[in-house]
Amino acid sequence: MESLTFRHTTQKPLPGSVPSAITGVVASGNLEVLLERVLPPDACEVAIETPVTGYAAVWEAVVADFVARAQPGGLRISINDGGARPDTVSLRLRQGARLMEA
Amino acid sequence: MSPASTDPSALSWYEASARQRVAALADPGSFREFLPPTARRTSPHLPLFDLPRAFDDGIVVGRATLDGKPVLVAAQEGRFMGGAFGEVHGAKLIGLLRAARDLKPAAVLILFDTGGVRLQEANAGETAIAEAMRAIAELRAAGVPVIGLIGGRAGAYGGGGLIAGTCSRLAVSEGGRISVSGPEVIETNKGAEEFDSRDRALVWRTMGGKHRRLIGGADAFADDTVAAFRAAALDLIARAPAFDLATLEAEQARLEARIARFGDCRDATEIWARLGVNDPEAVPAMTTAAFDETVARVEEAHHDAR
Amino acid sequence: MTDWRSEARLRDERLAAGRAHAEGKVVPAGAAIDLLEAILRPGDRVCLEGDNQKQADCLARALAACDPARVHDLHMVQSGIVLPEHLDVFETGIARRLDYSYSGPQGGRIAKMLYGGQIQLGAVHTYLELFARYFVDLTPNVALIAGVSADRDGNLYTGPNTEDTPTVVEATAFKNGVVVAQVNQIVDTVPRVDIPGDRIDFVVEADRPFYVEPLFTRDPAAMTETQVLMAMMAIKGIYAEYGITRLNHGIGFGTAAIELLLPTYGERLGLKGRIATHWALNPHPTLIPAIESGWVKQVHCFGSEVGMDRYIRARPDVFFTGADGSLRSNRAFCQTAGLYACDLFIGSTLQIDLMGHSSTVTRDRVAGFGGAPNMGSDPHGRRHPSDTWMKAGREAQTVGDPLLMRGRKLVVQLVETFGDKLVPTFVERLDAMELAKKTGLELAPVMVYADDVTHIVTEEGIANLLLCRDADEREQAIRGVAGYTEIGRGRDRAKVEELRSRGIVRRPEDLGIEPLDADRALLAAKSIKDLVHWSGGLYDPPAKFRNW
Repeated sequence: MESLTFRHTTQKPLPGSVPSAITGVVASGNLEVLLERVLPPDACEVAIETPVTGYAAVWEAVVADFVARAQPGGLRISINDGGARPDTVSLRLRQGARLMEA
Repeated sequence: MSPASTDPSALSWYEASARQRVAALADPGSFREFLPPTARRTSPHLPLFDLPRAFDDGIVVGRATLDGKPVLVAAQEGRFMGGAFGEVHGAKLIGLLRAARDLKPAAVLILFDTGGVRLQEANAGETAIAEAMRAIAELRAAGVPVIGLIGGRAGAYGGGGLIAGTCSRLAVSEGGRISVSGPEVIETNKGAEEFDSRDRALVWRTMGGKHRRLIGGADAFADDTVAAFRAAALDLIARAPAFDLATLEAEQARLEARIARFGDCRDATEIWARLGVNDPEAVPAMTTAAFDETVARVEEAHHDAR
Repeated sequence: MTDWRSEARLRDERLAAGRAHAEGKVVPAGAAIDLLEAILRPGDRVCLEGDNQKQADCLARALAACDPARVHDLHMVQSGIVLPEHLDVFETGIARRLDYSYSGPQGGRIAKMLYGGQIQLGAVHTYLELFARYFVDLTPNVALIAGVSADRDGNLYTGPNTEDTPTVVEATAFKNGVVVAQVNQIVDTVPRVDIPGDRIDFVVEADRPFYVEPLFTRDPAAMTETQVLMAMMAIKGIYAEYGITRLNHGIGFGTAAIELLLPTYGERLGLKGRIATHWALNPHPTLIPAIESGWVKQVHCFGSEVGMDRYIRARPDVFFTGADGSLRSNRAFCQTAGLYACDLFIGSTLQIDLMGHSSTVTRDRVAGFGGAPNMGSDPHGRRHPSDTWMKAGREAQTVGDPLLMRGRKLVVQLVETFGDKLVPTFVERLDAMELAKKTGLELAPVMVYADDVTHIVTEEGIANLLLCRDADEREQAIRGVAGYTEIGRGRDRAKVEELRSRGIVRRPEDLGIEPLDADRALLAAKSIKDLVHWSGGLYDPPAKFRNW
């Protein structure tokens, strides 16, 4: 297993007031994303546990794009990965943000 | 899957995740989860095997209302490690069943979706199976019906099949399967001539929802929608059998009679023929409406002792 | 005196030798080896029919069991290398040379045998090329073919999987060759005559029915949200924009998702009747909902598909059927239709390089081409215009007199940026080039050449290569849809944004598509059972696809 953590500063907090949400399932090619509104409004932390090693650069890029796009300030995001492809990771992150904005 | 764009009444049970099933099954907004993902009560064993964990260890437990009545709910996530019982997974189910003894809800609903015991946590898993069966027996004796709903991709296999056998009532869909040994296990031990696990029509004929319903192994047959399972659950809660010596003796007698009557059958279609189904070959392709009519004519399918 | 009839005399000798093992034309399965040993000569060119679907498997087993002292150094000329026996004959020396098209399941073993020198390879062809060469320089001396039934005169019913048979027989029977057909059954009267008896010399009643693999069945239950998203983009960004009515689909999950989105997403966009009406396509089960919803005018097929027979019989307005009611397929004609009469080919591939060359080859497999390069190429012999073809032509060519303009066929690659096990689809250099070197091929096995491909669709967007004006734009357009692969991360962000402003790279949001709306709920069928319901119970899926 490989553990990765990425910390970002955002320009604004994620809208909405949902305290936590989860989306996805830990299965082959899939992942679960747990989002919790527990950080300062300009901070976002994404922690990943993945059984597929050697893709840190890809994770970094996916997370950076998500943060730039969604501005998920205030969120601690925890990911249990089942070997998902980057597009699936992006999709789950965006689904998670949408749930938190509800 | 984005729940927002999916009509819960049409949501496929087979396709839905455990969380989606629970949310759409219960009265809207009524579900309260115990030990939610944020509690991070994960498996202590899986990291030793370099395997990913799930924040809920593959089972969602909590309370909700169903048609206004309080219920406790456990839902297995069949896609996480095949819904298999590990230590935490099992403990969450047992804890829920024990809580039910004190809370006395209108029913406990178990949304099975499991291949059995998790190999990596086999001892804890096996223990959990035994404890769950005992807890269900105690609960039923205390007058709380325990309803099993089976229609996920993993079915109810291994210990899950055993636990299902102790429930008050079971509802199953066409895609749902109930058995102890899985198709691959049988093939490995007895050979492909005995049971070809890749012959999926055979698998479903032997272990699938329609067969279980026809022989009375399940008490209701539901379409593959959350709405249909909800209706089935409400109906089954209302007609849960007593849990007494008479029921148990009747069950024992019925099992013996079943062996005597069908023990020499080589295929489920032979059993269906003996049950009085006119065109057994047509059963797998039947629509729910046609199948319901067929079931109505089969005496064996209606029995308090499963 | 010149001898003008040497081939005909040799044919007579072969027939005479073969008749010793036949009663009339009929040969019992047990005598198949004797028959082949009698009619074959060392060095013969032999077509052992191996199609996508039907296989002359009984004759393949017989050929592999022949005595290599009597039958050797054959030159195999057949489209499919599919069964183990197709390669066994090279291990024993029965066969030496090979010209073929497709070797899906045997791709790994072929690569090894090429490397080990057991096979002398002529070339790997597309179907149409190989068929064409049957009539020029690869005419078979003996054809070993397969059908469902025959009568005692040799009149042959191929069943719905007619596939290559008419082409192979045409080339063999009319050029002094010998044709042997294996059939599941000898009958008094065949349901219809697919091959007239005077072109069939011997009929072998097979010991068991030939095996057919359900190659074209894609289970909707396995389709992902990403595939739904890509299907939405293809429909809205390509099918609708170019008004594509005549088309061919590959066999992947992505194109199957498009088929399942026509009656839902396509309907919502008001495209019914305006796109996807005329097809060159095998009878994909996933096309059933579109057919039942009235989208599809007609479909011509290369071959059939397991479980679709009853459905096809009940939909003769849509499919080509014989007087007996069953499907009549024909690979050569359907390939020609796909090449010349379709305005779009869309399919998947395993690797795409920075220029847009694509290949399904991996380092250790020679899978061959099949028909995709025929569909996936711009036919320079085409002369008839269509709105789609002209629009694409205008996008590609901006200078010169419009009256002298060529149209363009749309050749679309529909790929996810990463394949199984996180293997990137976009690469600097195709594995095919490595393989060509290793195995001594003169040409790298490229499935679709860069100058034929017009669009690449990924979950990241659509790259329109027709609009690219130089190699750099082309490379950045490809990088622009390559997502998080190394190729994608290496893109020039500013250049890609510039391409985006010109519509060369289009993101889902540029098409008005919200990726979060890409839900499996959009699939007209979410399971094989749903397809059965759509078909009114006429589709009878094979057991391995059932969960009931």
